[in-house]
This record gives sequence, C-alpha cells and structure tokens, in this order.
Amino acid sequence: MQFFGGSEISPSPPPPTVSGNNAHMLYVFNRNGVCLLYREWNRPLKTLNPQQDHKLMFGLLFSLKSLTAKMDPTSAEKGNLGVPQLPGQGCSFHSFRTNTYKLSFMESPSGIKIILVTHPRTGDLRESLKYIYNLYVEYVVKNPLYFPGAPIKCELFNSTLDQYVRGLG
Amino acid sequence: MAAIYSLYIINKSGGLIFCKDYGSAGKMDTNDSLRLASLWHSMHAISQQLSPVNGCAGIELLQADTFDLHCFQSLTGTKFFVVCEPGTLHMESLLKYIYELYTDYVLKNPFYEMEMPIRCELFDINLSQAVQKDRVALLGR
Repeated sequence: MQFFGGSEISPSPPPPTVSGNNAHMLYVFNRNGVCLLYREWNRPLKTLNPQQDHKLMFGLLFSLKSLTAKMDPTSAEKGNLGVPQLPGQGCSFHSFRTNTYKLSFMESPSGIKIILVTHPRTGDLRESLKYIYNLYVEYVVKNPLYFPGAPIKCELFNSTLDQYVRGLG
Repeated sequence: MAAIYSLYIINKSGGLIFCKDYGSAGKMDTNDSLRLASLWHSMHAISQQLSPVNGCAGIELLQADTFDLHCFQSLTGTKFFVVCEPGTLHMESLLKYIYELYTDYVLKNPFYEMEMPIRCELFDINLSQAVQKDRVALLGR
C-alpha cells in the first residue's frame, strides 16, 4: 500500500525554528535552469510575470555563486570569475538576508536547486531544505510516472511539502 | 575574535572606489576586484526586484560556506561591504562606523572628487585602527 515511502522518510523533519507561517515562496530548479516547481504562500508584491521571475531568480543564484566562488578568502586558487562550475565545486552560499526577506538556498550534487524565501528573522534553514530535498527524492524521483526535467505535478509531494512548510514557521 | 578578510566601497553606479585586503588567501588583481564590485552592485539591485513584499533595500548579509559578507548602503547609494569569517559579530556597527569615517575624512576632504577612487591618508589611518580586531568588539557597545 505504501508504495512511495509513505511515512518512512528519513531523516525525521527538523524541528521548526520559529512559530507562525512566515514562508513566502519556494522554487525548485534543475541544473539547466528549468523551474520544476514554484509555490507561493504569501506574496503581495509581484513585479514580473512568472516566467521572467523564475529566470531572474535563477540568474541571481547563478551569479551569486560565481561571486562567492571568486571571493572565497580561504582558497588561493579560484580560477576566473564567471567560469561555470559543477555543483559542489568552489565556494557556494547557503542564505542571504535583506530587510524584507531571507532566501535560503541548497544545491544537490545533481544540480537540483531548492530555494525557500521566508521572513528575514527566520533561523538557519539548511536542515529544512535537506528535508525538502528528501521529500523530493521520495515523492518525485521515485515516482515512476515522473519524467526527469518536467515540471513537478505529484500530488503527494505537493501536499506533504505544503504541510511541512506551513508547519515550518 | 574572528577576522575580517577585506573591505570594499562602491559608488552609486557600481564602480569600485576603495578596496582593502586584510589577509585573504590568494591575491586578487585589480580587474577582478572591479568585476566583483560591479557584480555585487547588480546582485544587490536584482535582490530588490525579487522581494515578495514592498520596501526591499537589497542584500544586507550573504552567508557563504567560508565567509560572511555584510553590506551597508548609504542613502546616497554608496555601498560598503566587508568580507569576514562566518559568524563574526558587530559588523553592522563597524560598517556604520566606516561610513562615519568616510563622511569625515573623504567627503569633507576638499581635494576629493565625488565617485572617484578614494586616496585619503587620514581615512586609511583611521580605517586601519577601526578594523583592528580588538577595536571591532568595542564598537559593539
């Protein structure tokens, strides 16, 4: 009956860092920059149409990653600015904060990028992003009807994700 | 006490006007610093576009794997940012203090041309005092 994992997702979800729903939106990109999933919970301000918004977000992350890789003060050999790097190569970043929001970012070794935008005073969400990645693996990658690179339309994933992010804070 | 790796000041159009290194591994040449500065300027602007709510003023803190980048933007659009060890405290007050030094020793210098690279001896001296590790803690008041 429990074909796609059901309740045995490992590891167990990390405890919420704050209380009250403060997640704004979530993006999942694959390594080619295709937006696999976009969810929004609370977004009063929209300056662009969805497609351009996704492109801008991916561009921002890509450029910030090349910036951090070049700026890394702990390694001597950094290569040139803007040279494409494989996931996990070079110095990456895990979050940035502005006065109105906080963006947490995670990249898997296969180049899946998970981006969660929350209230600026949210704590460290690295564990939560790992858990969301786990959900993705359990409910999307292991779904035999899912074709890699296609937008995610798995009901089970969407509902579990929704429930988790709402509980997150 | 954690260390500060470098300090950058960029003018309102994204040009690098001041850059000081306090001991990063691997020297960066001038062209790279200029490119990084203008890249940061653009990323700062894009982050405002992507805000889910009104009134976003750009990135204040970027947490990378090996460093933190704290950025302060003045009302006139000049950006100050420090690269420091992850988890370094009192960086906001240090940046505000550096801004104070900038207004006192750079803007009030009659030989300084706006938006041009900063070459002011008094600014350099006071800055190196402020950045000394034990002084940064005092700024935390």
